[in-house]
Amino acid sequence: MKRRTAIGLGAGGVLAAGAGFAAGRLLPEATAAQADGGADEAIDFFGANQAGIVTPAQDRLHFAAFDVLTEDRDDLVDLLKAWTAAAARMCGGDYAGPGGAVGGDYYGPPEDTGEAQGLPASGLTLTIGFGPSLFTTADGAGRFGIADRRPEALQPLPGFPLDDLDPAISGGDLCVQACANDPQVAVHAIRNLSRIGFGTVGVRWSQLGFGRTSSTSRTQATPRNLMGFKDGTANLKAEETEALDEHLWVAADDGPAWLAGGSYMVTRRIRMMVETWDRTSLAEQEAIFGRDKSEGAPLGSAAEFDEPDFDATEGGQPVIPELAHVRLAHPSNHDGARMLRRGYSFVDGTDDLGRLDAGLFFIAYQRDPRRAFIPVQESLAANDVLNEYIKHVSSGLFACPPGVADADDWWGRTLFA
Amino acid sequence: MRHHRIAAAVAAALAAAGLAACTEKPEEGADGGPIAVTATDDSCEVAATEAEAGTVTFAVSNDGTKVTEFYVYAEGNRVMGEVENITPGLTRELIVELPADEYETACKPGMTGEGIRGAFTVTGEAADLSDDEAIQAAVDSYKTYIASQSEALLDKTGEFTEAVKAGDVEGAKALYPVARTYWERIEPVAEIFGDLDPKVDAREDDFPAGPTDPAFTGFHRLEYDLWITGDVSASAPVADQLMTDVQEVVERAASEELSPLQLANGAKELLDEIATGKITGEEDRYSHTDLWDFAANLEGSEAAVASMRPVLEARDPDLVAELDEQFAAAHAALEAHRDGDGWRLHNELTEAELQALSDAINALAEPVSRVAGVIAG
Repeated sequence: MKRRTAIGLGAGGVLAAGAGFAAGRLLPEATAAQADGGADEAIDFFGANQAGIVTPAQDRLHFAAFDVLTEDRDDLVDLLKAWTAAAARMCGGDYAGPGGAVGGDYYGPPEDTGEAQGLPASGLTLTIGFGPSLFTTADGAGRFGIADRRPEALQPLPGFPLDDLDPAISGGDLCVQACANDPQVAVHAIRNLSRIGFGTVGVRWSQLGFGRTSSTSRTQATPRNLMGFKDGTANLKAEETEALDEHLWVAADDGPAWLAGGSYMVTRRIRMMVETWDRTSLAEQEAIFGRDKSEGAPLGSAAEFDEPDFDATEGGQPVIPELAHVRLAHPSNHDGARMLRRGYSFVDGTDDLGRLDAGLFFIAYQRDPRRAFIPVQESLAANDVLNEYIKHVSSGLFACPPGVADADDWWGRTLFA
Repeated sequence: MRHHRIAAAVAAALAAAGLAACTEKPEEGADGGPIAVTATDDSCEVAATEAEAGTVTFAVSNDGTKVTEFYVYAEGNRVMGEVENITPGLTRELIVELPADEYETACKPGMTGEGIRGAFTVTGEAADLSDDEAIQAAVDSYKTYIASQSEALLDKTGEFTEAVKAGDVEGAKALYPVARTYWERIEPVAEIFGDLDPKVDAREDDFPAGPTDPAFTGFHRLEYDLWITGDVSASAPVADQLMTDVQEVVERAASEELSPLQLANGAKELLDEIATGKITGEEDRYSHTDLWDFAANLEGSEAAVASMRPVLEARDPDLVAELDEQFAAAHAALEAHRDGDGWRLHNELTEAELQALSDAINALAEPVSRVAGVIAG
C-alpha cells in the first residue's frame, strides 16, 4: 500500500534503482533523476552503505537524537529491528506500519500517523548512528554488553575554545538523520520512529533544517548558507569513489569489524549572529570567508571550483588572509583531511531579544574524526575570524553502521549479532 | 479539565451503535458474618484469609493515626471492591461479590502506594462468563470503583470546602490535593457532563478576565485564593458552589450508563491528562501539587484497564503483559518523587526528571490506546 506512486515511476523503476544502488554507491540513474527533478522518487534503503550519506543532499532535514531508556539488550535489539522495518517501508514511500493511516482497527489508533498520505517517497533517507553513551555510561560502566565493541575513535568530542554547548541538545545514545525533499515526509519519519520507540527510547533533542548547505554530488550546485556565502566547495562528492574509501568509509582494519562500511557523523548546531553579520562591510565579509560573495570563487581566482592560491600576495599581504575561513578549513592545511559535509540551515523563530535564532546545523561524515573534524575544528575555534559571528551550541558524535543489506538485515546487526 | 465534547459525543454514538452495556446493581448481603480487618499505620490484619464464593463482607477498623483505605484486588490490581476514607477510630463495611479465585487484600494507610497486601483465597464456584457477560462484568466492576471514589470525593470535598469557609488556610491547603485525588481518578466520567466539568475544574485561561473573573469557580479558583492571595474571606460562595457541583456530578455519574468503550477511552484520556496537564505543571499552577493529580490519573487509568482485564486476557494476552509491565514502570517512575504520604512539588522537579516521567507515560499510553480496539473487537 503505497501512499502515492510517483508519476512515471512504477514498481520497476524503484527496483531498478535499488539494484543499481546495491551494486555501487550511487547509481547514475538516481543521480540523473535527482538532477532533472526526480525529487519525488524513492532512494533505495538497502545497500552496502547506509543511504543518506553520499545520496545527493535533499532539501530538508529532521534530525533526532534519542536516549535509550531500557537496560535490556533484547528490548533494544527488538526496537532496532522494528525501526529498520518501518524505515525501509517509509523510504519506499509507504506507511510506517502495514495497517497504514486508516486501514487498521477503527476503534484503535492508526498504525501510521497519517500526515504523509498522498505524498511520494520524496527522496527520504533515514540514517542511524550510535553515540559513545550507547556503549558505556559517563562513569565508564558498560551497557548492553557492547562496551568492548566501542571504537577508540568514538569518544565524546573534546571541548573546543569558544564552545557554548547546551548538554540538553547535545549527544545522545542513538540518532536518526531523516532527509527528504518534502519537510512533511522527513517529520513524518521521525515522528513515527519516535512513536515506535516509546518506552524503549525517548527523544533527547531534535533539529529541523530547511535548506541544504552542501552538495554531495557533482550534479548539484553548491548552495549558500545563511551568511550568503558558498562554503564547503571542496566537499567530498559521491563520484570520487577512491576518495570516499580514503576519507569517508571506515575500513575493516580501522577498528572493530562491525563498523566496516560505516562512517562517523559529527553534528554541531552553529548559531549565527546574523544581525551583526548583516551590518559588516562586504570587504570584511569576503576577507573572513576568503571567497567572493557572488561567485564563491576563492579570493584572487575567477570561479568557485578554482583551487585557492594560498601563496598569492598583493602589496605584501596575502590575497587570502591568514585567518580566512577557507584557508583554516582547507584540506591542504590538515594533511589532506577531507569530510563529507551534509549540513542544513535552520531558523527556529526568534530568541528573547527578537534576534533570528538561525544558523547552520553542521553534519559531517568521515572515516576518523581524530584525523578530520577534530583537528580542523581545533584550528577554526582558535583562529577563525568567523567566530565573532557564530556560536557552537550543540555537539554530537555518532558511529553510523554499514548499510542494511536486505529485508532480513537490520540496523546495528553487525554490532549486536 | 479538557475541552472535548466531541469525544463524549463519539462515545455516545458508539454506545448507541450497540456496544452499550446495561448496568445491574450487584446484590448485597452478608453471608456468615463479616470478616474483621484491623488496620493500623503499618499493619493490616485480616481475620480470615479464605472464604466461600459468593457475597463476602469485611468490617474494616482503623486503629491507626492515618486515614486508610481497604481494597480487594483480583489479578492485575482489578478492584473487586473497596472502601475509601476510613478515618482513625472508624469501622466501615465492604460487601463484595467474589467468585472462586485468588485475590489480594490491601490496606492503604495514608491512602497512597501499593498498600499492605495479603493473600485471600475464595473457594467454590468459579465465574464462567460468556463474552457479553464478561464485558458486562467489566462495566460493573468499574461502576463499583466509581461509586467508592464518588463517596470519598464527597467526603473530602466537604472537608476541604468547610476548611475554606472556616478561614483555615493551612488546613484547606493540606486537603486540596487529597480531595482532588478522588476527582482526578474518575475525571473522564465527570467529563461526560460537559457543563459541570468546567464549573468544577476550569483554569484561569478559560476566562477573559483571568483568575479574578467572577465566572471562575471550582477547585482552581480556591487554589488561587489559598496560594496566591492567601485570603479566603470572600471564598465561601465559591466553596459552596463547588460542593453543590461535585454533588451533582456524583449523582449524575451514579445513574449514567457506561459503555465498555467509554471505559477504554477513559483509561487513555487519563494518561493524556497527565501528558498535557500534569507533566507541564499547568493543572495546579498555584499550588504545584500536580504530582498528586498525576498519581490519581494513573491509578484511575489502571483501575479502568483492570476492570476489563478478564476480557483482555481472553482476547489479547500479549497486550495484558505489556500493560502490566508499563503500568509498573510508570508507577516506579512516579515513586521516585514520593515525599512522605504525598509527592514532591512540580516546581521542585528538574527538566530531566520531568522528561523521565513523560517518557514513562508515552510508553504506557501506546498499549493503553490499543485497549479500545480489543474491547470493540
